[in-house]
Amino acid sequence: MLCRRVIPCLDVADGRVVKGTRFVDLRDEGDPPELAERYAREGADELVFLDITAAPQGRGTLLDVVERTARRAFIPLTVGGGVRSVEDMRDVLRAGADKVGLNTRAVADPELVSRCAARFGSQAVVVAIDARRVRPGDALPSGFQVVVNGGREPVALDAVVWALRAVELGAGELLVTSIDRDGTGSGFDTDLLRAISSRVPVPVIASGGAAVPDDFVAAIRDGGADAVLAAGIFHRREVSIAAAKTAMAAAGFRVRAVDTEVVA
Amino acid sequence: MSPGASAPRVAVVDYGAGNLVSIEQALTAAGARVHRAQTAAEIADPDLLVVPGVGAAAPAMDRLREGGLVKPIRDWVAADRPFLGICLGLQLLFDGSDEDGAETLGILPGRTVRLDGAPTLPHIGWNQVERRRDHPAFSGIAPGAEFYFVHAYVGAPAHETGDALILADTEHGPRFVSAASRGRLLGVQFHPERSGRNGLRFMANVVAWTGAA
Repeated sequence: MLCRRVIPCLDVADGRVVKGTRFVDLRDEGDPPELAERYAREGADELVFLDITAAPQGRGTLLDVVERTARRAFIPLTVGGGVRSVEDMRDVLRAGADKVGLNTRAVADPELVSRCAARFGSQAVVVAIDARRVRPGDALPSGFQVVVNGGREPVALDAVVWALRAVELGAGELLVTSIDRDGTGSGFDTDLLRAISSRVPVPVIASGGAAVPDDFVAAIRDGGADAVLAAGIFHRREVSIAAAKTAMAAAGFRVRAVDTEVVA
Repeated sequence: MSPGASAPRVAVVDYGAGNLVSIEQALTAAGARVHRAQTAAEIADPDLLVVPGVGAAAPAMDRLREGGLVKPIRDWVAADRPFLGICLGLQLLFDGSDEDGAETLGILPGRTVRLDGAPTLPHIGWNQVERRRDHPAFSGIAPGAEFYFVHAYVGAPAHETGDALILADTEHGPRFVSAASRGRLLGVQFHPERSGRNGLRFMANVVAWTGAA
């Protein structure tokens, strides 16, 4: 039976892991491959790198970071941020990523999802959806609105409608972040997760708001998530991967045993 | 630490199908000397031939044909030389794929079919690989140990003629073949290069098995 996954997310800027509430108050948290190795050893099931470097020179640095990480941590790696074309995706995969996350660019150019899926398969295409709560209306029937550009720019697109469309276009997985909850420690938005997970066949990764191990349980039980993602609470060692998995297992969800992982 | 001159030599077929870095690194960690092969000549008589890959069958077959790699792979397996197919590299061994109608290598009887009836699709994450018989590749790995999967299609050996191929299976809704072997051919649906400790052990076993063969 398939295990539920625990995924640390590393925000990477100019080749370093940074933390802060999305894009503000960034603090250097170290070398990405080192942190990746630590998480692999501690039992993380997968890693997400989010490239938040706005500068164009960040691209080459990121590829180098991806490759150094892929050579040290033998768990899957998803890389998001700045992928604008099939060629960008090819470069990121060749550097050692297993999956690529598409967000802002996919909203602007939905066919990018199809092109990437046709070339590399749906299983390598993760569409990341950042959403916030709004009053439900004709344009936004679910009451969840898509926000792009790192959570700063709301667009006239319903998050559930976009999720269904993204899957239709070839997304093999959805990374769903509540912008309202991100960095607040008030728990995942399980209504948002459920609104999407109940309507798509692909796995949904829950993101935004985790503070305690029971939040992960809620994301799965109430939100229908297949995987749970967090950043700050893992970086700051407030919650360990093992503690997250212990809570999930106690709630009856299968997890991969946390064991001492070997890294190169 | 770099492997010595007596280390098994492994050729990884490079046909543009995704992440080779992890495969190279896992094989190197397993004690092999690894090189990439984009053409038949670059295969260069290794001790083990690895065909990796993710994604759809038709573009993969196009690239194998462009590289003149179809016949060398068929000949290699026909001569029962050590072979490891990973994910798409296993699926391509069958006759054809339902994913895009592609005709594939036709080395093993059966087809690549969609994993219908699965609770989520693609099947992404860690799942148990349950062995149906012994194989040196799984030596020292606990029964039912978890490996990492990321796929929506599976190789389905033809009934009767293909049943003997089944080395291990895995449940995600229906059960599917997660490892197949025949002689010195080995194919796995999971990604040993992304499966942490168990995956590295598996790779080390395969490299050792190759060296002993």
